[in-house]
Amino acid sequence: MANGTIALSEKNFYEVSTNKYSGILSWLLTTDHKRIGLMYLVSIMFFFLVGVILGVLMRLELLTPGRTIMSAQEYNSLFTLHGVIMIFLFIIPGIPAAFGNFFLPIQIGARDVAFPRLNLLSYYVYVVGAILALTSLFLPGGPIDTGWTFYIPYSVRTTSNVSLAIFAAFVLGFSSILTGINFVTTVHRLRAPGMTFFKMPLFVWATYATAWIQIIATPVVGITILLVIIERAFGVGIFDPALGGDPILYQHLFWIYSHPAVYIMILPAMGVVSEIIPTFARRTIFGYKAIAMSSLAIAFIGYLVWAHHMFTSGMSDTARWIFSLLTFLVAVPSGVKVFNWVATLYKGSIDPQPPLLWVMTFIFLFSIGGLTGLVLGSLATDIHVHDTYFVVAHFHYVMFGGTGTIFFAAIHYWFPKMFGRMYNKKLAKITIIFFFIGFNMLYFTKFIMGYMGMPRRYYDYLPQFAGLQKISTVGSWILASSIFFMFGYLIYALFKGPKASANPWGGVTLEWQIPSPPPLENFKEIPTITHEPYDFSQLKEINNES
Amino acid sequence: MDKQHHKIEISTYIIVWLSLLAFTSITVTIAGISLGKYTLLIALSIAAIKSALVINIFMHIKFDEPIFKAFLALSGATLIIIFVLTFFDIIYR
Amino acid sequence: MNHDENVIAMTQHHAHVDKVGAKMGMWLFLFTEVLLFGGMFLVYAVYRYQYSEQFHIAAMELNTTIGTINTIILLTSSLTMALSIAYIERNKKSLSILFLSLTILLALIFLVNKYFEWSAKFEHGIYPRSEELLNRPSGQILFFGLYYVMTGLHGLHVVIGIIVLSFMLVFLLKNKITSENYNKLENSGLYWHLVDLIWIFLFPLFYLIQ
Repeated sequence: MANGTIALSEKNFYEVSTNKYSGILSWLLTTDHKRIGLMYLVSIMFFFLVGVILGVLMRLELLTPGRTIMSAQEYNSLFTLHGVIMIFLFIIPGIPAAFGNFFLPIQIGARDVAFPRLNLLSYYVYVVGAILALTSLFLPGGPIDTGWTFYIPYSVRTTSNVSLAIFAAFVLGFSSILTGINFVTTVHRLRAPGMTFFKMPLFVWATYATAWIQIIATPVVGITILLVIIERAFGVGIFDPALGGDPILYQHLFWIYSHPAVYIMILPAMGVVSEIIPTFARRTIFGYKAIAMSSLAIAFIGYLVWAHHMFTSGMSDTARWIFSLLTFLVAVPSGVKVFNWVATLYKGSIDPQPPLLWVMTFIFLFSIGGLTGLVLGSLATDIHVHDTYFVVAHFHYVMFGGTGTIFFAAIHYWFPKMFGRMYNKKLAKITIIFFFIGFNMLYFTKFIMGYMGMPRRYYDYLPQFAGLQKISTVGSWILASSIFFMFGYLIYALFKGPKASANPWGGVTLEWQIPSPPPLENFKEIPTITHEPYDFSQLKEINNES
Repeated sequence: MDKQHHKIEISTYIIVWLSLLAFTSITVTIAGISLGKYTLLIALSIAAIKSALVINIFMHIKFDEPIFKAFLALSGATLIIIFVLTFFDIIYR
Repeated sequence: MNHDENVIAMTQHHAHVDKVGAKMGMWLFLFTEVLLFGGMFLVYAVYRYQYSEQFHIAAMELNTTIGTINTIILLTSSLTMALSIAYIERNKKSLSILFLSLTILLALIFLVNKYFEWSAKFEHGIYPRSEELLNRPSGQILFFGLYYVMTGLHGLHVVIGIIVLSFMLVFLLKNKITSENYNKLENSGLYWHLVDLIWIFLFPLFYLIQ
């Protein structure tokens, strides 16, 4: 099989185009899933940094009680935008669009996805959505100030640019749907000979389960957004309580998508974890089938729990205990995964490289997030902490400490494969330490403040919170610095890093059996799969061929 | 190539169409009769039968690979569950 | 050809189109439409449950005759769509073109009927934010709101269908769709049948609440 040294004569995907253009057009009109993945990666990272800056500004305002650097209206817009950008432009596309696009076809032994042109379209739809969102900031009326959840009735009353901003979210949802359709079809139709469903890597299982959620859940928020826009434009009266509408019904429709959306965020990340742990423990994953099935279970049960966001909204008591019960259920398959990961590490040959260190950070932070989810899932305690900083801390631990850290882990794992270069591992390890310190200062304090009664989305606060607010803000500086530092050494490595081999980590999934960076069509010949996905007895064989 | 594509007879299509028209006239007629709380159930059942005909024959799913039926069942089941769970709130308020 | 051979063929000879894959992609897209309208049907169901009497009263103002005619039109258009595909399958190009054209024609007639229906409503002062409507009980405001949004969204899908089918007609005429390669027509047909399916549910829920 062609690999590292023989590849001198073989060009990589940067040097060959799927179309007849060169230069920038060869990128903008590409149908190569790897280039599309990279374009997504760059865009997603850009918006992540914008979201980080918004977060830093928010924390600056909260450094002191009362006005610090902005008005209350500006603050409302900031936290709305921070949410909209982080959720719709970073986390939801996140791992599937960047790494799913790049690695799903390779991991199943395919040359590309099922619908390459649709793939390119999904990227442009994403770009259009992003432009619409940014435009809404500058039109008369000012940026949207409803919170990213744009609840009725405020979202139909406020004069800020709600319609354009949520229409942007609608467009972004479409991008998500197209990606989902592509991935489900790809997994069903393009697996290499011998790659049965139970020989697929777990990242593929995770991305597949996620794709189903993208397809089935996204349209529900699509229609919700359309209804709000129509209500604002024509006064139709679907949700408006003044016309007999039901604001709680709005919340149902909103969360019917937005809860499964958090599984769109976390499932691919869990898939990445299942890739990284075997490689750096140098042994096969413990309980492969259980992890694969748990991805499907989480995807499915995730549809059944949405109203745990609505315990204090005025829903019926019957609905409240049913949803609380279902919420406890969804913790089970997640627990299965965590136990299996830890079991894999036990008696493994641990190699503490940056990807694994990010995964360890993830397991710690995500577990805290998950456990605090149980506090929120129980009716009695939720009444106390709903809409406080406790919730904010919870979701930052699971989304940022969860998916965010794994986004970084994925970058550090697959960087050599995508770019053919290695970054400075020492700097990477130092970054993780500062990230961890900043993260916990910023967010753990919020658990405490929330429990003490500090409401979320508030511009001002009582003096008793001042000390913790200051610690939290300082934490945001440390955290943001570590992130910018990380981008610094990664970008440096892109241009000046030492060249990487085909398999610098000793992985055994298919991407490590092709050159770094991969050739245009991924494989010289489509492989025939005979091994289990994490069979490390193959490792010598793989490395001997390079 | 994929397995031999199953051809549906033209006459089958016509029969399905006539059935759909028949069911439509039944449902319109029944609407005129006062059946109290059963009206909705019957109307929806007839709509379901019409849908089954369109999906199975016009859309060909009866003769396609089984995975398509599995996908449809999955999506339909999810939608129904969403309805049921929402109504746990609406009914018991 | 078994699955493995299919994969190798597809990935090494890019000209080979994966019919089943294309169909799968289209069905997955249709599921998104089902969930999109499903969300609306959920809103309808909730409000009908909460305002059943007002829904009954409001529904009496809808024209059941036009509704029934439109139902028959769409059901027939599904037949003509299926026949168009059946005939290209049997290499009968002219008949295929005929029935596809009929489908488009029926779709246009549906829209014309809708136009008349809505105009009549507007003339009676029943439209969003109208004084007439706002003076009525909430249940009726909600009913008509749902009526306009749901039939409007459905109508939009009819328009899109007409555009798509028109493209297919051009492809048929230019032999880009043939008896060897009529995937596009089949998948467009699937979309069209979905438009019909949505109406099959809309019809009794709005026009037949008596």
